Amino acid sequence: MAMTTINRPLSPHLQIYKPQLTSLLSITHRGTGVFLTLGALFLGCWLLSIANGPESYGNLQKYILAWYGQVFLFAWVFSLYYHLCNGIRHLFWDIGLGLEIRTTYLSGYTVIATSILLTLVTWCLAGAAT
Amino acid sequence: MSLRTPLGRVLGLGSAREGAHHWWAQRLTAVALIPLTLWLVYSVVCMTTLDYIAAIGWLQSPITSSLLVLFVIALFYHAQLGMQVVIEDYVECEVIKITSIVVLKFIIWFTGLASIMAILKVFLGL
Repeated sequence: MAMTTINRPLSPHLQIYKPQLTSLLSITHRGTGVFLTLGALFLGCWLLSIANGPESYGNLQKYILAWYGQVFLFAWVFSLYYHLCNGIRHLFWDIGLGLEIRTTYLSGYTVIATSILLTLVTWCLAGAAT
Repeated sequence: MSLRTPLGRVLGLGSAREGAHHWWAQRLTAVALIPLTLWLVYSVVCMTTLDYIAAIGWLQSPITSSLLVLFVIALFYHAQLGMQVVIEDYVECEVIKITSIVVLKFIIWFTGLASIMAILKVFLGL
């Protein structure tokens, strides 16, 4: 019994696999999800600052408009669009559509292009409005 | 030799038919978040200024505050379900795993509830 346990084939470590578009997009979906959870907590703080009055709103606004606040905001907007687009891709898979290898690559590239495009459009429109 | 009937022996065994609940809730909130997220981004981008008066005015519209409450519920529920899976996948120690999931749920639901209270406070002009 002990021998069969030792001899059974094992899956190699994650580091041995060649990174592929599909696996990179999959882990990025998780990464952006965790990052967006932080964004959700921040959204809660923003809403609370509005409820607390002009002074606390102004205090938070200072951090948002600082360069690091803008960097976080830009990263959140991109993460939001990426998670949204790739999430729709996942929902199609859940109903059994687009699971062929060719289609997963095609939808993967579409997700990257669409989320970059939407991020830039949103950033430009928000910048033009303020 | 048991005198129990075949039906009596199998009752209470097998699937409780709740295994898919987490999966289904994650998909349902995901579908709800598609239009709600697009609305929120559009709505915020359309605000010409982001000063305090504009933010108050924005939140005092019944449509905005209703959609925002729905967004907060779907968002925090979805975030909690997703973060739980990440913790379950990467944390090996059972004690740390359960503790972090409980702490996660407390933080998420507290922030979610506080957000809804904040929206209602501004909406009611309190």
